[in-house]
Amino acid sequence: MDLQTFFAMGGYAFYVWTSYGICCVVLVLNVVVSIRKRRQFLRQLARKQARQNS
Amino acid sequence: MALIPAPVVRFYHRMASPPHFYALTEKLMPWLVAIFVVLLAIGLYGGLYLAPPDYQQGDSYRIIYIHVPSAWMSLFIYVMMAVAGAIGLIWRIKLAEIVAISSASVGASFTFIALVTGSLWGKPMWGTWWVWDARLTSELILLFLYLGVIGLYNAIDDKRTASKAVAILALVGVVNIPVIHYSVEWWNTLHQGPTVTKMDKPSIHVSMLVPLLVMAAAFKFYYLIAMLKRAQLELLQRERTSAWVKKMLAEQQ
Amino acid sequence: MKPIRRQRLILIVLMVAGIGAGVGFALKSFNENLMYFFSTTDVLAGKAPPDRLFRLGGMVVKGSVQRPGDGLTVHFKLTDYSKEVAVEYTGILPDLFREGQGIVANGKLDGRGVFVADEVLAKHDENYMPPEVKASLKKQAAGKPVE
Repeated sequence: MDLQTFFAMGGYAFYVWTSYGICCVVLVLNVVVSIRKRRQFLRQLARKQARQNS
Repeated sequence: MALIPAPVVRFYHRMASPPHFYALTEKLMPWLVAIFVVLLAIGLYGGLYLAPPDYQQGDSYRIIYIHVPSAWMSLFIYVMMAVAGAIGLIWRIKLAEIVAISSASVGASFTFIALVTGSLWGKPMWGTWWVWDARLTSELILLFLYLGVIGLYNAIDDKRTASKAVAILALVGVVNIPVIHYSVEWWNTLHQGPTVTKMDKPSIHVSMLVPLLVMAAAFKFYYLIAMLKRAQLELLQRERTSAWVKKMLAEQQ
Repeated sequence: MKPIRRQRLILIVLMVAGIGAGVGFALKSFNENLMYFFSTTDVLAGKAPPDRLFRLGGMVVKGSVQRPGDGLTVHFKLTDYSKEVAVEYTGILPDLFREGQGIVANGKLDGRGVFVADEVLAKHDENYMPPEVKASLKKQAAGKPVE
């Protein structure tokens, strides 16, 4: 099977790849948001602590 | 409490202690990610490339490899959330409350994926993006339940109170779970009956079933990863004034 | 109003709206669409509403699909393996529409007892298999003596 027929998905390329694309975006966002929020929060806390210590 | 042997109680207290939980999840995370990536790679390769096309639906059925595991996860995570919520409600264990609320956003994501991919599958096969049949409607209500849980939690400032309210809402919503599962049997629906989760042997050829089960396992690991990442954030926010968070921050600098 | 309070208020409003919409959809669905469709036996027994739109579900009878003229109009019969109902439809059919396939049609009965459909949806079964397996199953079934 060559790549072109693989990506064509028997004529259902739009439906199949849109599904996989949306799934991927939602799942990645879910984790990325948590990680970024945690980093932000830790930075904020560290700043606060530094202020209190000085 | 005297009935439970001392080592069990000690283990339980260690597990329920926030700094220990935080350190443990940090240590586990790379392993969980590694297992998830391997399972996902196998599942996608099997589902998109190795599995043959369906005799009726051609290649469009390949949406099954994300649609069905997502739908299973949407139910599984809801039950986990309700059970964790109940444990938090009854025994006032902070970590159970955190697991419950951290599950909500992951569950909502999977419900959303199940609905959207189902729609993208329904258009070419059924001839419609959406119908108000019992299966689709009850799954949509599940999404609203998840969003309700998240909204309620954010609306209440005191997180202990918020967790209590959320647990009650989640427990009430549990009624919806059997309704979703059995909707295709109780009512005439456009959605077809269960393929894998029935008493009989699955009505799916083994070459198509194996990638489906691998994807389902991969999604379970994704749930652990996403839920624990969210739980770490939640834990830090709740414990911001405690000694162990201050110590950890001091060590990082 | 303080921004935090306003945010909280918006959240509560959104939540109430969400739950309200959910309950609304549920009631709507459980009221009129509890059964998504009627079977052909129901229709012949007079259970279906006579002059209102309703959905009819069944299998397309093998050999019953006819296209009179050159337009998009299709005539076929639906069955639940006991009673048959004739259906007329003009429009584009879903990919899965074929003889022997389950479908759900939305429309109403005309005076002659023919179901005139505005919309045809295919209902697929829960079986998934490669084409070769289906072919060999068919061969096996054909090879078996009729009992």
